Amino acid sequence: MTPSTEQIVSKDIEDQAVQATGFEDHHGPAKGFSRWLYTTNHKDIGSMYLWFSLAMFMTGGCMALLVRLELFQPGLQFLEPEFFNQMTTMHGLIMVFGAVMPAFVGLANWMIPMMIGAPDMALPRLNNWSFWILPFAFSMMLMTLFMDGGGPNFGWTFYAPLSTTFAPPSVTFFIFAVHMMGISSIMGAINVIVTILNMRAPDMKMMKLPLFVWTWLITAFLLILVMPVLAGVVTMMLMDIHFGTSFFSAAGGGDPVLFQHIFWFFGHPEVYIMILPAFGIISEIIPTFSRKKLFGYSSMVYATSSIAFLSFIVWAHHMFTVGMPLAGELFFMFATMLIAVPTGVKVFNWVATMFRGSMTFETPMLFAIAFVVLFSIGGFSGLMLAIAPADYQYHDTYFVVAHFHYVLVPGSIFSIMAGVYYWLPKWTGNYYDEQMGKLHFWLSFIGINITFFPMHFVGLAGMPRRIPDYALQFADFNAISSVGAFIFGFSQLLFIYNVVCCIRKRNQASKQVWEGANGLEWTLPSPAPYHTFTTPPKVD
Amino acid sequence: MIKPVDNHKLAAKLLLGVTLMFGFGFALVPLYDVFCRVTGINGKVDLTPGAYLAGAISSRSIKIQFIAVNNQTMPWKFKPKEPSMNVKLGQTYQTAYLAANMTENDMVAQAVPSVSPSAAAAYLQKVDCFCFNRQPLAAGEQKEMGLAFNILPGMPEYIKTITLSYTLFDITAADGKELASAQQ
Repeated sequence: MTPSTEQIVSKDIEDQAVQATGFEDHHGPAKGFSRWLYTTNHKDIGSMYLWFSLAMFMTGGCMALLVRLELFQPGLQFLEPEFFNQMTTMHGLIMVFGAVMPAFVGLANWMIPMMIGAPDMALPRLNNWSFWILPFAFSMMLMTLFMDGGGPNFGWTFYAPLSTTFAPPSVTFFIFAVHMMGISSIMGAINVIVTILNMRAPDMKMMKLPLFVWTWLITAFLLILVMPVLAGVVTMMLMDIHFGTSFFSAAGGGDPVLFQHIFWFFGHPEVYIMILPAFGIISEIIPTFSRKKLFGYSSMVYATSSIAFLSFIVWAHHMFTVGMPLAGELFFMFATMLIAVPTGVKVFNWVATMFRGSMTFETPMLFAIAFVVLFSIGGFSGLMLAIAPADYQYHDTYFVVAHFHYVLVPGSIFSIMAGVYYWLPKWTGNYYDEQMGKLHFWLSFIGINITFFPMHFVGLAGMPRRIPDYALQFADFNAISSVGAFIFGFSQLLFIYNVVCCIRKRNQASKQVWEGANGLEWTLPSPAPYHTFTTPPKVD
Repeated sequence: MIKPVDNHKLAAKLLLGVTLMFGFGFALVPLYDVFCRVTGINGKVDLTPGAYLAGAISSRSIKIQFIAVNNQTMPWKFKPKEPSMNVKLGQTYQTAYLAANMTENDMVAQAVPSVSPSAAAAYLQKVDCFCFNRQPLAAGEQKEMGLAFNILPGMPEYIKTITLSYTLFDITAADGKELASAQQ
């Protein structure tokens, strides 16, 4: 399955490849757009995933800023309520499926082969396909905003019958877009599993794998187990809407609560799909900048596996208020609280890794430490939400919004940024501007806390989510949140500027890049040559 | 060195897993129904007539509330004859719901019951119920639809109030077909 499409060989890149791998290599990237269209190279595909994710992050971010703009003051100022609903829905869908998930797949594409000593992903053509589906899926999804009746307006959880009987006509395009991104994730997950299980360098035993690889392996299994269920549930919606079935319509003997059960059977593992690779990235970065080995490697692996297992038996904690029997509420409450145990193991391991380490605070480390602190805050508010009797007060309020943004923004997004700063010198061969990186970190850190911390208070005081207007007593906190959101949003321009400068400006990075970095990827030259590890490296 | 064949074999196995999980998503639909019926949660009630209870009348009495709900665009007037009753466990009572078809078309309706708290669903026996049959009403026709029920004395002590809700569905278009609710 070696790709043979690229016949045009770029001379200097081949030279680098010869230097890097020690033998002649006849493949280099093609020129122009066809390089990106036909590429089967894991680094090219990884870069495309990351750029795509950045574009979606900015798109979804603009939608969030529109939402915050409307919520700056009580009353209706800028947006029609119908459009506000489309913005909250699309913001969620785009950030989950367009920004966070593709970013992790991009990092996996770039780093997994280099970390396990493989020449490429196991199924390179599948890899190309799984990326190129995404732009089409998201174009289709964004197109719905311009259709009659507008785009999806039922929340990113698309509960039936709001998303079936009462949905705008464009819902069919939404369903197909979800199908396509599901196919893309499943193919990506298959590729990751096959690569990790089959393509490791000799002597790279499973318990020697870097934690980013371990967490991605587990994430890929989660994807394979739940993305088909998501495909199933949107297929049922499609059939309810167009083919007269009644899966979720009580009038035909169906049950709307069934939708919530199937959705959250997918949805809860999905939230761990968005955080487990983040755990992996943080477990790479903290040891590097603490100049110590990761504390408790094997307990990290087992903790990640336990979290993955538990994610399948807690889904109904998203729906405590549907009228479950007491036994059900108790089961889901205690199972949910149990997740705090393996998560606690991970947090303590990170802290123990830093303990008495010789720490320095470069940008990736700042993001990683902020991750540990702020993700823990999100974890604790999650524990509060897990308490079934208390959840009746929190349900569908801004407290929930505060909770999941604390685990997703300073959680997943910060880990992705940490990972990008950490590996950027390896990808581009140049160091980024450290001062600008730190400024970006502090603006983001301050911005997100100003945005999301006050949401805890308005949530506890009873402000409901997904509504464009609110009672007067929530005005001050909402104004503060909006200011924070604009600080956070615009500081991301600094990030983009820094990345672009890093690609263009010569500031040669060393092979190891970071003083304390360990692992196969740091034995390669910077920038990493187009083809790496065509002969498997020795692992000690 | 790894041969591509090994990769394809593993990928095929994983793809099989994906297919199975897609099927599992659909299997959740009947599983959910079975689970609800076996455990009696979700307030889904048996649509088969319960037996008359003779003699086993207990002194314990509870309150039963009646609720009428029109599904979506169902235009009929629909309400319980009495909003609530105090009943002794084990004794059979009669009451009724009133329905009026105020439209200019002949229509057919089906009522679907639901019980809250769901733990009470297994103890509420319907001896006779208008929900056992489709209810046709000509344009402008009114009808008193009868209901006879009793509550099994074994019902847990903590239940002091039961709410019996009927949702009325317009099935004029589907009349003549077998409905999912009729299969239970």
